[in-house]
Amino acid sequence: MNGGNRNLWIGAVLTALFAGAALVSFLWVPYDVASLDIANKIKGPSASHPLGTDHFGRDILSMIMVGARTSIAVALVAVGIGMGIGVPLGLAAAARKGSLLDELIMRGNDLVFAFPSLLIAIMITAVFGASALNAIIAIGIFNIPVFARLTRSGALSLWTRDYVMAARVSGKGAARISFEHILPNVMNLLIVQGTIQFSLGILAEAGLSYVGLGAQPPIPSWGRMLADSQTMISFAPHMALFPGLAILLTVLGLNLMGDGLRDLFDPKLRRARR
Amino acid sequence: MSLLHIEGLNLSIHDTPILKGVSLSVDAGQIVGVIGESGSGKSMTAFAALQLLPNGAQCSGRIDLGGREVLTLNEAHLCQMRGRDVGMVFQEPMTALNPIQSIGDQVAETIMIHDSVSKREALERAADALRRAELPQDKFPLSRYPHELSGGQRQRVVIAMAIALRPKLLIADEPTTALDVTTQAQILQLLRRLVDEEGMGLLLISHDLAVVSDMADQIVIMRQGEVVESGPAQWLLRNMQHPYSKALLEASTHQPDRAPEDQEEVLLEVRDVVRDYTIHRKGWWGGTDTFRAVKGVSFQLRKGESLGLVGESGCGKSTLTRAILGLENVQDGEIRAFGQRVGRDFPNALRAGIQVVFQDPYSSFNPRWKVAQLVAEPFHLMTQRPADWRARVASVLDDVGIGGDAMDRYIHEFSGGQRQRIAIARALILRPDIVILDEAVSALDVSIRAQILDLLAELQEGYGLSYLFISHDLSVVRSITDRVMVMKAGEIVEQGQTDQVFDAPQHDYTKQLIAAVPVLPAEVTQGGNDERTEPVV
Repeated sequence: MNGGNRNLWIGAVLTALFAGAALVSFLWVPYDVASLDIANKIKGPSASHPLGTDHFGRDILSMIMVGARTSIAVALVAVGIGMGIGVPLGLAAAARKGSLLDELIMRGNDLVFAFPSLLIAIMITAVFGASALNAIIAIGIFNIPVFARLTRSGALSLWTRDYVMAARVSGKGAARISFEHILPNVMNLLIVQGTIQFSLGILAEAGLSYVGLGAQPPIPSWGRMLADSQTMISFAPHMALFPGLAILLTVLGLNLMGDGLRDLFDPKLRRARR
Repeated sequence: MSLLHIEGLNLSIHDTPILKGVSLSVDAGQIVGVIGESGSGKSMTAFAALQLLPNGAQCSGRIDLGGREVLTLNEAHLCQMRGRDVGMVFQEPMTALNPIQSIGDQVAETIMIHDSVSKREALERAADALRRAELPQDKFPLSRYPHELSGGQRQRVVIAMAIALRPKLLIADEPTTALDVTTQAQILQLLRRLVDEEGMGLLLISHDLAVVSDMADQIVIMRQGEVVESGPAQWLLRNMQHPYSKALLEASTHQPDRAPEDQEEVLLEVRDVVRDYTIHRKGWWGGTDTFRAVKGVSFQLRKGESLGLVGESGCGKSTLTRAILGLENVQDGEIRAFGQRVGRDFPNALRAGIQVVFQDPYSSFNPRWKVAQLVAEPFHLMTQRPADWRARVASVLDDVGIGGDAMDRYIHEFSGGQRQRIAIARALILRPDIVILDEAVSALDVSIRAQILDLLAELQEGYGLSYLFISHDLSVVRSITDRVMVMKAGEIVEQGQTDQVFDAPQHDYTKQLIAAVPVLPAEVTQGGNDERTEPVV
């Protein structure tokens, strides 16, 4: 097994672990995350609470499981928004390269890129209120230029291929060529970038929740668990450790999976043996 | 005493045998030509001599280079050897140079790696190497960058790098394949001169029998990792024994059987066509310049005829093709096909009458589609896809010699020659009257090329096609066209009956082109069933 393949497997296992935890949490969690148990607050890991309890006596394992739901949902929808809007924009810009449309799309992208993303996210949540939904929208907007640029650059090289020329000779228009010939062939780039943006989305959600602008109580979120644990870090390190590890491992898993997928889809690596 | 002596060389990569018992030797002042088609192992033989092999390669046998056994050297010794004792020239001058380093620095780098000299001295020696490669300092100073040079000039820089340390052996892997025919002639002349003047040995790897027969003292013919035949060039060309060598020679001079019919009906008329491109100058308010790629070209294509368009890269032939296909509008003059003006608004029903086959069989198809879908793509020009479309695809695939079971396979399962047949099937599915063949056989091995030329000749009769055959390869154009046009810098400088133009060229540029084509010796091409006596151009 070569390096790329190993990355893919480790990444896939880590990702599956947290996705699985999120799914299981719909059916069963060790403890109800909304019920407080002050008698058992700030307990270290034990047989009854494998990852310990927080300052309200809630089970940290249960909170991480339910929190995975929030993190994954936010990141998934944010990537969806980015792809759903960014990819068609990128395809359109490439199809009309050098035109006013291309300039408008790409300069618009530059504009979004030019602002610090977290700052704008804070602004949006400050204006429209702190909620998971607004966090999703804010993170999603910053995914648009990433996908638009990637799609455009991938598509530009494909537009010079002879099969695109053959399609034009067959009387196909730019939109049809973009969806029949260009999109399927940039898909591998998009999938790989998607996993990277997904991990960045989880980090961004954690960041927003950390400053209190993401998912609101009582919905658990990894970012807010970290924020809550901050003042108790000296005598209850486990409260910070486990949500921190959850973020770290999920992001690591997704990045490794992205690397592995890139290697898997790279035609140069596939053809190397020829 | 040979410079390079390879004996019984076996090479396998990940347990796939690549070379089987290859033996050859190169003496000082000698040119050894290695001929073979793709996959014959000719490049791998050269890379094995330098031990520049991919991961997982296993070598056995003997490679003796100037008295040293290459297979026993460690990596440090190999690094000393590469560049100092052996220079290498690659096929593609566009990618062999670093685009962000000046040519002087690149040549000097080779020198500084091997000799502990100051930068200044290295640059002086680099200037000398460039001069030996015929890039004089007054015209091509060391400070030039690769993008400021033409393909042929870049190849000279690559050669300068290879000869900078005066190696005893030079390996040139398809050094002129990516170049135009006149440039090719100049580069070959340069290599010949370097061998004669500096007493180097040259291992010249090529797929082109004519190039090698022009240059080489010894010829080695390879096939599927084995040497099938070798010997002194002139003798070998006249006394080929192995069936593969004979087939290769036959394919190189192949003349498809054609019975041209004289017809008067004009299908396509190009009159005074001008095609301009807008070039943006630097900066936001730099304004624009226009570049005239096609300058008032006129010709007619009649029914059933095969018309050649010859020219070197950048002469405007591809631009003209796109205009004829109605993909771009022309700035002046007009193109009429089937009596209608061609342009962006050319009706689909007529568009179906002009189809095209491209050069590169590897980029001609969407890798994610199955063959049936690929071949059926032009049906888009009809108001709706006919109900029996699969049957029609099967029949046209059958006509081009591809079995019907190909329909549900992906394009990567096919070889280059098969792909080009599928590309022809795609062009024929709508039964067009005109097929534009844009360098359609240029990327193919000689034996495959001969088969495709036969197929094209056969289809022309069966389907009643008119061909516009665009190519830089004069021998192919000669073998398949009735009339030919020679294009230079956006203008057609000469046109006429193919035989007349080739036998008695009028324009200086045509004469230059024809003189530059490497030629197989006349007596060699007379053998077999070919009764023509003139040399094959």
